[in-house]
Amino acid sequence: MGLRTPLYARHVALGARMVDFGGWDMPLHYGSQLEEHHAVRRSAGMFDVSHMRVVDLEGARTREFLSELLANDVGALVAPGKALYSCMLNEAGGVLDDLIVYYRDAAHFRLVVNAGTADTDVAWIRARAPAFTVVVRERRELALIAVQGPQARAQAAALLPAPDGVAALALPRFAGCALPASGPDHFIARTGYTGEDGFELMLPAERAVPFWDALLAAGVRPCGLGARDTLRLEAGMNLYGHDMDAHTTPLESGLDWTVAFGAGRAFVGRAALEAQRAAGVKRRLVGLVLEDKGVLRDQQRVLVAGLGAGEVTSGSWSPTLERSIALARVPAATPARVQVEVRGRLLEARVVKPPFVRDGRARVAL
Amino acid sequence: MSSNVPDDRRYTPSHEWVQRQADGSIAVGITDHAQHALGDLVFVEVPTAGRRVAVGEACAVVESVKAASDVYSPIAGDVLEGNAELAATPERINTDPYGAGWLWKLKPTNAADLEALLDARAYIALLAAAAD
Repeated sequence: MGLRTPLYARHVALGARMVDFGGWDMPLHYGSQLEEHHAVRRSAGMFDVSHMRVVDLEGARTREFLSELLANDVGALVAPGKALYSCMLNEAGGVLDDLIVYYRDAAHFRLVVNAGTADTDVAWIRARAPAFTVVVRERRELALIAVQGPQARAQAAALLPAPDGVAALALPRFAGCALPASGPDHFIARTGYTGEDGFELMLPAERAVPFWDALLAAGVRPCGLGARDTLRLEAGMNLYGHDMDAHTTPLESGLDWTVAFGAGRAFVGRAALEAQRAAGVKRRLVGLVLEDKGVLRDQQRVLVAGLGAGEVTSGSWSPTLERSIALARVPAATPARVQVEVRGRLLEARVVKPPFVRDGRARVAL
Repeated sequence: MSSNVPDDRRYTPSHEWVQRQADGSIAVGITDHAQHALGDLVFVEVPTAGRRVAVGEACAVVESVKAASDVYSPIAGDVLEGNAELAATPERINTDPYGAGWLWKLKPTNAADLEALLDARAYIALLAAAAD
């Protein structure tokens, strides 16, 4: 038996096919992951993401601490509630995790980190926080529900007490706020992992089931990890442990844009990244669209004429494009066409710049 | 999950079903248990007419978002037809595994080979044993 979120019984009651995910019993789908995917692109779907870890950091020097800890620059977070996507690196420039950091107020920032790396992330943070007198508080009593899709914000906000609904709808993209009328420890953010607009709501565990039930009654579709993966892949979003890990840097993971090399900011891993840049980054992460029939899958070999081989880091089926897509790590000079070894055959694939889908529409030529 | 196992056909331990058709041909598909385990199917490859297949030979591929699976011929024979509709609508296998989701039809080398396959009761018992 794995770890269970506060919504476990709901998933089972809804007929979910449950699977192990990093030690947690999570819903893979509730009948059809393709239909769940389409529901998010077309209206609204909801995900139990309570397995992810919320970590609150408090203290007058928290911003200074995060400025050194994270590869992206929290100096960009000026308005309260603003959020930032960043990698946390080791000294070799390898990615320990990707996360979102929210600026709550001058002495309080919140991190949301991946389930699979949460324990090692927290240990890493706890080892470095005392030097800045930052207090680290894991918030394991909070559940997380993501509501995503074109109707998501309207449907979720309608279920909140009026002042909270107004505040939630007023949020700009990549910002969050507390929901005081809903109760203590309610926090909502206009963030997500699907490429659609929507919210991620953090709330006390005992409030998760009532809110989930209210969303269900309002017609929001429960969606599992299967749909979560096809949605994020279409959106060109990396998955830790597949598209990057402690042995790959952001520069070879399509995450250059998340590293802020501004003058004078020392951060863990900076020297290693600068050395890698100076020497020339040898590999890069690209998008692939399979032209032949079949499905690209993790770890398949990618053959690049004259340059050697790379590998698929995340492969799957795109329900929106109705063909297979992937992220792959390939030699830096890889041109527009490659071949992929799929079940013993060489299939043709086109190299594209992600995202594959945005605002429900194809972003790559088909 | 209790899966559907109709008693108008035979089965294999690798979750194929086999059914004699009115014209004497044999139709082959995968069971409700198999389609449920695979999840939403997105791509199906069926054998072409004229191909001679041996018992246990991999003749078709069903691919879901999760995984690709070979489908093996339960009996020897000559392929008469692969289900061409599945190229455009692979999901038929999920929604109607015993009907419109048929994979291929063949002329058996020896029609009596069918009798050696599992009947519905034996297949249900096999599923129950595997579930323990």
